[in-house]
Amino acid sequence: MPTLARHLGIAIVAAVVLLLATNSIGDYRNYQLTELAAFVVAVAGLTVLIGLSGQISIGNGAFMAVGGYIAALILADLNWPLIAILPAAVVGAALAGAIFGVAAARLRGPYLAGTTLMLAVALPSVATRFQSVLGGDQGLGFFVTVPGSVGSNVTLIHWQAWVSCAAALVTLVLLANLVRSRVGRSWRAVRDDEVAAALAGLNVARLQILAFVVSAACAGLGGMLLAMWNESVSPGLFSLTLSIQLLTAAVLGGLGSLAGAIWGSAVLVLVPTYLENLATSHGMTATTSSSVPILAYGVVLIAVMLAFPSGIQGALVLLARVTGLQQLACRAAGPLAWQSRRSVQSRPAAESSRPESESSRPESESSRPESESSRPESESPRPQSQPAAESHEKGTL
Amino acid sequence: MAAVAGLAAVSMTAAACSSSSSSTATSTPGITATTITIGSHQPLTGIAAPGYDEIAPAANAYFQFVNAHGGIYGRKIKYIYLNDQYNPSITTTVVHQLVLRNNVYAIFNGLGTPTHLAVAPFLNSEHIPDVFVASGCECWNAPSTLPDTTGWQLDYVREGKILGSYIEQHFKGEKIGFFYQDDEFGQDGVKGLSDEIPKSQIVSEQNYNPTNIKIAPQVAALKAAKAQVVVSFTVPAFTALLKLTMLGLKYSPQLVVSDVGSDPITLAGLLASFAKNTSAGFGNALTQGIITDGYLPSLGSTSNSWITLFKGIYDQYLAPKKLPFDGNVLYGLSVGYTFVQAMFKAGKNPTRQSLINAINGGLPQGVSVAPYAYSASDHNGITGAYIGVIQNGVLVPSGGVLVTDDSATGPVTAYTVAQPPAPTSGIPSP
Repeated sequence: MPTLARHLGIAIVAAVVLLLATNSIGDYRNYQLTELAAFVVAVAGLTVLIGLSGQISIGNGAFMAVGGYIAALILADLNWPLIAILPAAVVGAALAGAIFGVAAARLRGPYLAGTTLMLAVALPSVATRFQSVLGGDQGLGFFVTVPGSVGSNVTLIHWQAWVSCAAALVTLVLLANLVRSRVGRSWRAVRDDEVAAALAGLNVARLQILAFVVSAACAGLGGMLLAMWNESVSPGLFSLTLSIQLLTAAVLGGLGSLAGAIWGSAVLVLVPTYLENLATSHGMTATTSSSVPILAYGVVLIAVMLAFPSGIQGALVLLARVTGLQQLACRAAGPLAWQSRRSVQSRPAAESSRPESESSRPESESSRPESESSRPESESPRPQSQPAAESHEKGTL
Repeated sequence: MAAVAGLAAVSMTAAACSSSSSSTATSTPGITATTITIGSHQPLTGIAAPGYDEIAPAANAYFQFVNAHGGIYGRKIKYIYLNDQYNPSITTTVVHQLVLRNNVYAIFNGLGTPTHLAVAPFLNSEHIPDVFVASGCECWNAPSTLPDTTGWQLDYVREGKILGSYIEQHFKGEKIGFFYQDDEFGQDGVKGLSDEIPKSQIVSEQNYNPTNIKIAPQVAALKAAKAQVVVSFTVPAFTALLKLTMLGLKYSPQLVVSDVGSDPITLAGLLASFAKNTSAGFGNALTQGIITDGYLPSLGSTSNSWITLFKGIYDQYLAPKKLPFDGNVLYGLSVGYTFVQAMFKAGKNPTRQSLINAINGGLPQGVSVAPYAYSASDHNGITGAYIGVIQNGVLVPSGGVLVTDDSATGPVTAYTVAQPPAPTSGIPSP
């Protein structure tokens, strides 16, 4: 079956299921579903960036802020309908991603991580700097209404859940096709070996920028949905914590896996509320119980990374294989799940090693103590390092 | 493409575990034959928490007292207050949770101007009573756009006018500087101050954002402008930071602080903890001489029947929790009393609208030193206050009660009617 048709088919089934679900689960669950779908969009974009193109971003919350603020400004000043605000937020964030991507394509590993982190730290303060336009700490309101054509028996929250889920489904279908396309394959080639990819005729920088654009566009859409869910945008909504949560969700779910983006987002949205209520109902003080979700993230993250380095989706696939359902699982999950498993396992190598050092890296790592004093010699046994590879080495120190 | 299937699966799981609640058959949400469930958002952690985190427990203590004495026409008040960390984006989350999941009858005393601004439109669109907001922003007085929202405490415009008229009379010709939180809280206060203080006297207006605790540049600017009196509309943590930064810059103007940022006990504690100085009396020495205002009876006036009543409730319900008997606790007990007053007035079978109608019909003066402004066209609460000076950690009133309106030209006048005594039962009569 052609990929597009298969993805569309699954999406239509999912849409019907979601439609039935939203009609029966009540406003509070719809409210959570709206938040969940907003996170799915943003995390899916991030997981594609990290898992497929091999670039790390700790700052995607900033792109969410771009999308959210653009949407809020348009709604307040121009009063566009929601259907027009959605693409505007996506385009705005994608532009921001393109600009940032140009800089990012020159950076590797921790340097890229640091730069994106800076973006997440710095951007919220823009809102307080330009208080008259962006509303400062108080932020801007983002109140949408249910269009008259939808009918009067649909509540606002119900409507928001529809919008959010529809956006998430469209995003997932588009991303699923993209990662299976020529672009997706090229990204994987770049991720696994930049030099080989360049030698094969791929434009590495352009592909990396494109990955940033796609990821930022998803973040922008997610940010806009989050603003709709929160009925406001403020620096507090797009804090550094949000950026780190996105990364946590992507890693928890399984880097590179779109299904993993859903599991990760579900953990992110459902666990804190549950835990905080549990903590409060067990008589913990506010100070303690407000820290419980953060503690839980840490514990879950460590546990998942130890037990299932390929995240929840990887664990599910593993479980399916153990129980003999591999065939079924592979058919259902398709190449994406396989991809996530492979991408995570090959991550350390893809991140830090280059062709010539692929095999020698472990030894050089373990022989560090002895060679510490004799640095010049330890460098010299690798005369074959090309200039390009050297610059990468520098980049990943 | 497990991704999309996964999204569906998650939503189905959500569906499976959601079949609780929303089945109570009574006509008014949050009200059963035996209970009234109300909710609130409060800063229990974060920058606004010091001091303010005592307010909800104190209001709850008053509700427990009422519940133990028959409740409201037999119904017990169940008060759920959730932590929003003074972060507007968390406020919307917790308020949605209260409304959609806990199915509360009303949102009561939601704390903070920026925080509550994020949820007032939602509450009004759902016609949920949003009563006695813990903020003096003029924004709550909008009966046409926010018909279900009412203020309670002295609004910042009135407070600014009362402080401003005092400054105008007592610091004639001196240079005045403002230091305020850069949102509707501070801006409303400055509006009131500017109505009363001649423009020629105002030499510098500095503001801060509550997320940025580095305020030395602003304080240096006030010093450079040679302000002899600094009026601050600040939350307690920033009043303490202001005082300490002034000390650091060897700058000691007369401080005039809005009621919300001047509780002596909270301030003394914050000063001691920020300066890491635990020697006895350190905090009180620094608050000495601060001019502020009060719209509830002073904690020091032990002969006041309200203070006697609330001290009794405090001893029974709050002293075991190791809360201090300070201005924040007094605030919580008082606003709790006002809610009970309004609920009794709303009748034996209250609907959401009947609570709003009860407040629109006006509430008799009780806990406060000045009457309420409530009417169908005015949703402000307390209309006046007395000026006081902090001496040895206690607010000492200096002069009588002043009342005014929230217009730019309305005069500040003395209010000479004595405060009605507290009911002997401690519970407002229906």
